[in-house]
Amino acid sequence: MNTSVTLKKLAEKFPDSIIETHSYRGDDTAVVKKEDIVAICTFLRDDEALRYNFMMDLTAVDYLGREPRFEVVYHLYSLPHNQRVRLKARVSESDCTIDSIVPVWISADWFEREAFDMYGITFKGHPELRRILLYEGFEGHPLRKDYPLKKRQPMIGPIN
Amino acid sequence: MPDIEKDLHTDYMVINMGPSHPVTHGTVKFLATLDGETIVDLKVDIGYLHRGFEKMCESGTWQQVIPYTDRLNYVSPLINNTGYALAVEKLIGIDTPERCKYIRVIACELSRLADHLTNVAAAGLELGAFTAFLYFVEARELVWDLIEDLCGARVTANYVRIGGVKSDLPDDFKEKTARVFKRCRELWLDVDKLLTKNRVFIDRVRDVGVISGDEAIAYGFTGPCLRACGVPYDVRKAQPYLVYDRMDFEVPIGEKGDNFDKYLVRMEEIKQSMRIVEQALEQIPRGPINIDMPQFRWQSKDDIGNRIDSLIFHFKTVIEGIKPPPGEIYLAVEGANGELGFYLVSDGSGKPYKCRVRPPCFVLTAAMSRLMKGRLIADIVPTFDMINMIGGECDR
Repeated sequence: MNTSVTLKKLAEKFPDSIIETHSYRGDDTAVVKKEDIVAICTFLRDDEALRYNFMMDLTAVDYLGREPRFEVVYHLYSLPHNQRVRLKARVSESDCTIDSIVPVWISADWFEREAFDMYGITFKGHPELRRILLYEGFEGHPLRKDYPLKKRQPMIGPIN
Repeated sequence: MPDIEKDLHTDYMVINMGPSHPVTHGTVKFLATLDGETIVDLKVDIGYLHRGFEKMCESGTWQQVIPYTDRLNYVSPLINNTGYALAVEKLIGIDTPERCKYIRVIACELSRLADHLTNVAAAGLELGAFTAFLYFVEARELVWDLIEDLCGARVTANYVRIGGVKSDLPDDFKEKTARVFKRCRELWLDVDKLLTKNRVFIDRVRDVGVISGDEAIAYGFTGPCLRACGVPYDVRKAQPYLVYDRMDFEVPIGEKGDNFDKYLVRMEEIKQSMRIVEQALEQIPRGPINIDMPQFRWQSKDDIGNRIDSLIFHFKTVIEGIKPPPGEIYLAVEGANGELGFYLVSDGSGKPYKCRVRPPCFVLTAAMSRLMKGRLIADIVPTFDMINMIGGECDR
């Protein structure tokens, strides 16, 4: 399978949703509009020539000072075609939400909770969006670039 | 009869297992809703070992991340070291010398060996097979001796460097490996006899924790747990890195995806890892173990004393850090539990802008609730064993 097949098919199918693409160091990347993320993911999973059956990784990056501020990053892998692709959806600070892709890949469940925990991005439609690595009562989202490195959190007792 | 039914207590019972419980090797909490002994619902709480890995990485230089990667999967630290170093090398766009690649393969496979031995040993112990535990811990101890010869530490190896490795193989490494593997194979046979046809062991693991191949893929399973479902996905074969394409080894797969298959896959991978180490030691060429680019490698003491460019870059790389060009990459290696991915973003400075790890056991632990629904509470023990959650990696 040619490296650019995925990006070419995406550009054909969703001409208005793809903001930009690149293949830096051989990693195919598409920056997509966040409104269409579920449709694009479903297409990538179901198209016969692509068949991205693994949702390998989901995370976010905080580009403080840029607008939109956040990027949600998806790493997909196609076992039948042995091919990887990276999707990025930009999310602004004022409207810090994106649609959940749990209906497409169940493996996104905990990854989305982690991104919510660390960056405060809300995934709409997620079955149980709550903190995962940190505890209820933690203030702020530590992987945001404006979260101080040495900030202390108040001690809390057990929560019932 | 109606009177008895009225008196019977038929509510669901909610019990906590963990965070500190003998079967939860890491620190993880299960909140089980029980109907008698049957699990109606299982909630898994993780995060007790969260140390802010990514935040720490973002505050240090690129080289300072390597000791942190040791503490991800602390049973197979060399694979984490290698995965991170390969990811940074891909970001910079450099390639390491041949000898270095072979040494990394040897280091990775020794780590995988230690991880699988630990996993099977602990699984045996928790199901009452204390002898199997003792045998495999002896084997693991021997493998750790080899790792200690290689890098001076047993667990927190900190051995791989960006652009190379810390030191060359010791002189008698090949002979010592042959001795260790001879003993490991004897112990392997003993454990195989003790467990594989053991009625008590089989009754506890057979048909428990079953998952189909398609569902395992949807849950994001990788590594031995996915291969036990019959899906032959191994990063070493699918997208070979280092010199794995020159090694002759098999990828064992299971049929049903139950805990017994996961056990069998791991047992077979122990043998395959030994084969890979032996082949690598046969094929390893002579030559340098670090790239000759002082702006990216960690300088040797010899070079600092004798080469002016090394001395200059020694100061620069220690104080400012190496500076990969701005960009982002994702690189996956086959960890002991599955695909270990690194997603790195560089802004051109000496510190990582983002250093994300894709932990294989994170998604496996997420599936615990699916695997245990409708099963007995005692089945948590073997299933969680075979998931092989490592707290350091799951919680980061």
